[in-house]
Amino acid sequence: MSAAIDNVPASAAPAADTRDARAAWALSVPALMLFFGVLVIPLAMTVMLSFHDWGQYKGIEPVFILKNWREIATDPYYAEMFWRTFRIALLVTLITAMLGAPEAYILNRMSGRWKSFFLLVILGPLLISVVARTLGWALLFGGNNGLVNKLLMSLGLIASPLRFMFTETGMVVALAHVMMPFMVLSVWAALQRVDPQIENAALSLGANPLTIIRRIVLPQIMPGVLSGAIIVFSLSASAFATPAIIGGRRLKVASTLAYDEFLNTLNWPLGAAVAVLLLLALVLIVVGSNALIERRYAEVFR
Amino acid sequence: MRTNGPLALLFHAIFVVAMLAPIVVVCLVAFTPEGYLSMPTTHFSLRWFRAIANYPEFVHAFWVSLGLGALSSFVALLFAVPAALAIARYSFRGRDALAALFLSPLMIPHVVLGIAFLRFFTALGMGGSFPTLLVAHVVVVFPFALRLTLAAATGMDRSVEMAAVSLGAGGWTLFRRVTLPLILPGVISGWALAFIQSFDDLTMTVFLAAPGTETLPVRMFLYIQDNIDPLVTSVSACVIAITMTALILLDRFYGLDRVLAGKSDPGR
Repeated sequence: MSAAIDNVPASAAPAADTRDARAAWALSVPALMLFFGVLVIPLAMTVMLSFHDWGQYKGIEPVFILKNWREIATDPYYAEMFWRTFRIALLVTLITAMLGAPEAYILNRMSGRWKSFFLLVILGPLLISVVARTLGWALLFGGNNGLVNKLLMSLGLIASPLRFMFTETGMVVALAHVMMPFMVLSVWAALQRVDPQIENAALSLGANPLTIIRRIVLPQIMPGVLSGAIIVFSLSASAFATPAIIGGRRLKVASTLAYDEFLNTLNWPLGAAVAVLLLLALVLIVVGSNALIERRYAEVFR
Repeated sequence: MRTNGPLALLFHAIFVVAMLAPIVVVCLVAFTPEGYLSMPTTHFSLRWFRAIANYPEFVHAFWVSLGLGALSSFVALLFAVPAALAIARYSFRGRDALAALFLSPLMIPHVVLGIAFLRFFTALGMGGSFPTLLVAHVVVVFPFALRLTLAAATGMDRSVEMAAVSLGAGGWTLFRRVTLPLILPGVISGWALAFIQSFDDLTMTVFLAAPGTETLPVRMFLYIQDNIDPLVTSVSACVIAITMTALILLDRFYGLDRVLAGKSDPGR
């Protein structure tokens, strides 16, 4: 994205600059007004809402208090729920990295026609309804005699059926499937910048395949893995459909809890506080890790 | 070194099967002749596809989703095309900030967006209506419309425009007869990707939809919350078929990796 913006040549004459700027802003004004009116203001109102009071009978009271924030900070229920949310997101990130990166590498080594075919097969699910994909997992998990359990038992990997529905295990498996295309895509993009001749050079110098992967390939695709990890982590931590369907009504993560507060309990201020906290935590994590990665891999991004 | 060994191919095969399994299972169960969830073994039946017609909520929700997706992607383009031209052609102070703002809906969790829109439209006293859904979807699909239009506008050959200007074309004529046709592939792909995003969105819409304005994903989600039966698998199979058609068209027309490559970028 930034590449598409950056390689526009700067205006030649400074006199044209003011005219250009005026034209550019004139073209952007409609979209800017839309964003200010229907994005910035609603978000500001949500932050305000999290400081309001709420009661079963009096509804929302527009006062400025810290009640909701204090409740989230002191009640261990919220700490546990946020910990579960980020634990699931972290596990999903690790699984997608460990399986998605090798798959992208294998995909990249395929010949033209197979490569584009399997790329379509693996990236296509990204655009298929999350509800339909999660429903698929619910069918595969389906109780003690679900297909996944049958397969694992016939392979001798497990002795007794595992519980997938309404558990964190199930959520992690289904979310990893939903997020996998993002990781494959990110690593695949990094692989496009790698010169295959470097691998051949290493091979001709007597390196064995394992050494080549560890010393040549891995360091070069690491930026892709890490930026994929950031996307997968932030999308998993804020995912709604999959945790809601697999987790059921009991096992809550941040987004399903906020949904409950808004549409079942009707305690909007508390729900807003949960949502704002999720947003803040994610922005901190994403911005922080982006900065770390860019400093570590400055030479790759240049 | 450029070929895959047998172990790599085995890994690849398992990977692809795991990626496709949930989608294939949904489509298979949709053809079951039984009244309960099961794999069709001896024969296939269209019974559950016919059953959709007797469940008007799904049919209505489908039309809402279709109209919402088509309209919101179109409106988003009305805002995105001028903005993309501004960002692609002029260097001005605040351009990077503007681009970051326009792509920001990608960064904000949809739960937060849903809550913000619900709060906003309820305060305005118009919660749950179709126009509010439309406005919310326009904002959410805007980055996708902008991104592909921007790519087309950046890669465009300006000399054709200059020729048109030298021949006396200007303003609206220049845009309608020269610029728009040149960036049209990007604009149409932007519309298609925006449409799919709108058509599939559950997380934000679930906060805004009211009984009359439920979209298909919302209706499916609420249905699954109560019980999972073959009816919802046949509805899902239809949704999958629609998306696959759009996907293949998009791939033929523009190249799926190009469309999605933008999506992987965290919008820095």
